[in-house]
Amino acid sequence: MPTYVIAEKCDGCKGQDKTACMYICPNDLMVLDKERMKAYNRNPWYCWECLCCGKICPQQAIELRGYADFVPLGASCTPLRGSEDIMWTIKFRDGEIKRFKFPIRTTPEGSAQPDGGYGVGADDINSLNLFTEPASLGTEVPSIKK
Amino acid sequence: MPNFETVEVTTDLLIIGGGMSACGAALEAAHWAKKHGIKVTLVDKAAMDRSGAVAQGLSAINQYLGIAEGENTPEDYVRYVRQDLMGVSREDLVYSIARHVDSSVHLFEKWGLPIWRDENGKVIRSGRWQVMISGESYKIIVAEAAKNALGTENIIERVFVVEPLLDGDRIAGAVGFSVRENKFYVFRCKAAIVCMGGAVHVFRPRSTGEGLGRSWYPPFNAGASAYFTIRAGAEMTCQEIRFIPVRFKDAYGPVGAWFLLFKSRATSAGTGEDYLVRNKAVLEEYKPYGTTKPTPANLRNYLGMIDENQGLGPLYMRTEEAIANLAKAYEGDEKAFKKKLKQLESEAWEDFLDMTIGQALLWAAHNVRPEQKPSEIAAAEPYFIGSHSGASGAWVSGPADLAPPEYFWGYENMTTVKGLFAAGDASGASPHKFSSGSFTEGRIAARSACRFIMDNNTLPNVDAAEVEKYKERILRPLDLYEQYKNYSTDPNVNPNYVRPMMYMYRLQKLMDEYCGGVSMRFMTSKTLLERGLELIQMLKEDAEKLAAEDLHELMRCWENIHRTYQAEAHLRSVLFREETRWPGYYFRADFPKMDNDNWLCFVNCKYDRNTDTWEIFKRPIINIVD
Ligand SMILES: Cc1cc2nc3c(=O)[nH]c(=O)nc-3n(C[C@H](O)[C@H](O)[C@H](O)COP(=O)(O)OP(=O)(O)OC[C@H]3O[C@@H](n4cnc5c(N)ncnc54)[C@H](O)[C@@H]3O)c2cc1C
Ligand code: SF4
Ligand code: SF4
Repeated sequence: MPTYVIAEKCDGCKGQDKTACMYICPNDLMVLDKERMKAYNRNPWYCWECLCCGKICPQQAIELRGYADFVPLGASCTPLRGSEDIMWTIKFRDGEIKRFKFPIRTTPEGSAQPDGGYGVGADDINSLNLFTEPASLGTEVPSIKK
Repeated sequence: MPNFETVEVTTDLLIIGGGMSACGAALEAAHWAKKHGIKVTLVDKAAMDRSGAVAQGLSAINQYLGIAEGENTPEDYVRYVRQDLMGVSREDLVYSIARHVDSSVHLFEKWGLPIWRDENGKVIRSGRWQVMISGESYKIIVAEAAKNALGTENIIERVFVVEPLLDGDRIAGAVGFSVRENKFYVFRCKAAIVCMGGAVHVFRPRSTGEGLGRSWYPPFNAGASAYFTIRAGAEMTCQEIRFIPVRFKDAYGPVGAWFLLFKSRATSAGTGEDYLVRNKAVLEEYKPYGTTKPTPANLRNYLGMIDENQGLGPLYMRTEEAIANLAKAYEGDEKAFKKKLKQLESEAWEDFLDMTIGQALLWAAHNVRPEQKPSEIAAAEPYFIGSHSGASGAWVSGPADLAPPEYFWGYENMTTVKGLFAAGDASGASPHKFSSGSFTEGRIAARSACRFIMDNNTLPNVDAAEVEKYKERILRPLDLYEQYKNYSTDPNVNPNYVRPMMYMYRLQKLMDEYCGGVSMRFMTSKTLLERGLELIQMLKEDAEKLAAEDLHELMRCWENIHRTYQAEAHLRSVLFREETRWPGYYFRADFPKMDNDNWLCFVNCKYDRNTDTWEIFKRPIINIVD
């Protein structure tokens, strides 16, 4: 369902050369209209409704409007993504509102250590072990006799 | 030619793509590179944090064996994959990924991915191989580890890779362009790993208005892996094995958790019966796969299509029944019952919100509360995703300790082009790797590519004149547009060029109508396919007339050329295989039966870019597990 930008809320990411929504959209759809300093989705029929743009927007300016060719009007689905969890507000066509909260990560942002604390492992490029194995596997790497 | 600066990037190992397999490759390569003095560069058309099929997150990791816990062995996984693909898989590759995949999943969890565990700390599985996750940030977390390993200075984002460069029979690099600045990129490398995902929008989707973008497979993967490996002259495999997922209708929400975790039935409205049960006699015709459990994905599709083709649809996922059944155990204890219902409701919504937000919105727009009423499911259009329940991709070498000589040429996951590796959707005949297995295969390919570089530590030559030719060719759509845009008063209707959107529609229409798309109910035949090949030839000629208004459209032009090669490889392979092995994915009307005597084999093909000709042939299936 294509995204749309609420004109009043978008501040063009304060005129930085790369707006958050442009930076993240995996399909290169979000663009900044430099005259109005507002972002927009340049090609709604290529939009996956992944909402990567909406989750990253610092102004909460991006929402979904169901694809007009098959989605009845009146519902919405709005995320608020924090550093540990995400809160969803679902509005039904008939007006009911439901909220759901789900965890998104268990460690502080930026802290992922490549070896995950397992160490480098056997560390021989000609052995069967990948980086961190066998420790990260928890057992020897299996094989079968040919 | 428009005035584009040429940026040359010279590296040892080039990782092309930034999705799951590329992140695995980056993690692994970074380690061996540091140890052995290798330079690694990664290039992605988007931002790694959210690029590729896992952009919006996932609600399950579909491949986790639990080897250390004694739950499953790689042999078990090999048998499962062979069964699901009706006998056609590279068991050496499947085994190799399976034996390492747990290591990747353990790393994901350490990095911060919330994996569901019970009170005893055991992972919560939905099916035998799947584990449930709260995976909204799955890709961000995995990309973070990959970036921390590789260093952001070695990562180039928003550069669209178009074409391989070769030095004789060895990969020498790649060319592409920035989608943000007027810059043409020339990459030179000693080895490269193709990780650019699968292909969507080769076939006409069910929704052709705004909903065009809500394909199951993400619109941002457009066949770049297939194009790149085909054009490099790599042998390709399983190009006929498309994937058609049956999903919640129109927004394509996942069904895995419903079938496996919630134990839901799917029934046709016309009969009220479970179509898998009602039509099961048909499975006898596909022995041994039809009569062995679990029933292969294509056959499950087929059993539903039988009802649909008789006008007995729609098909419904009986969510209300499933939730009632699960809550039943708590009846009598009002409080526990309510709590259970609440938990199930929340899990049902999380399943969609973590990976298919559009489906949650569709539910809300239809006033669907899954505990109260069922939802329609339907077969989507065909996709190319070798990492899932399809198998298309490049033909790669197996591992030294497992591969028979027919499957082994020195470096695991190397294609038949020296120094060119493939992983994830880009590597074929090793389906069911999913997110975790694709990441793992990226690791395997990267370790192997580092070994290749240590053994072949020279920078291949790049022909400057050839690069200049590619630059002209790649930027030509911009030229064409500028040259002709004022010829007519509406730049959209102009006889001198074709705009990318209309070109895509033309490709989709021909694939849909001649190669067994949705509108043909997945049915095709020799005569239809041959006509399709005639039409695609003219389409290829007109590809020279694609026009682009700006950089974004230039990317759209090239995505469509990439798709066209995937389409042609598919057409030719479907034509070559004279049987119907995967009913539910496609039907050959002229060869409606499975034919194990003649076709229990791989169909491989090879393209020659100098002569624009294809070679297509059989390769044997060699079982390594009984
Ligand atoms: C809807 C859906 C649901 C799924 N559900 C699950 C699930 O529940 N559990 C599970 O384990 N797996 C699931 N999968 C499978 C999983 O997502 C894939 O197996 C995995 O992402 C494949 O990894 P990859 O690296 O091959 O491709 P991707 O992860 O898709 O990465 C492709 C990369 O290539 C880049 N790229 C593409 N073209 C170019 C180009 N021309 N130049 C430069 N870069 C380019 C993209 O930007 C991206 O970075 C699902 C897949 C889909 C589509
Ligand atoms: S991220 Fe939000 S505030 Fe920034 S430009 Fe985009 S819509 Fe506007
Ligand atoms: S929803 Fe996804 S595809 Fe659509 S504009 Fe936002 S980030 Fe891009």
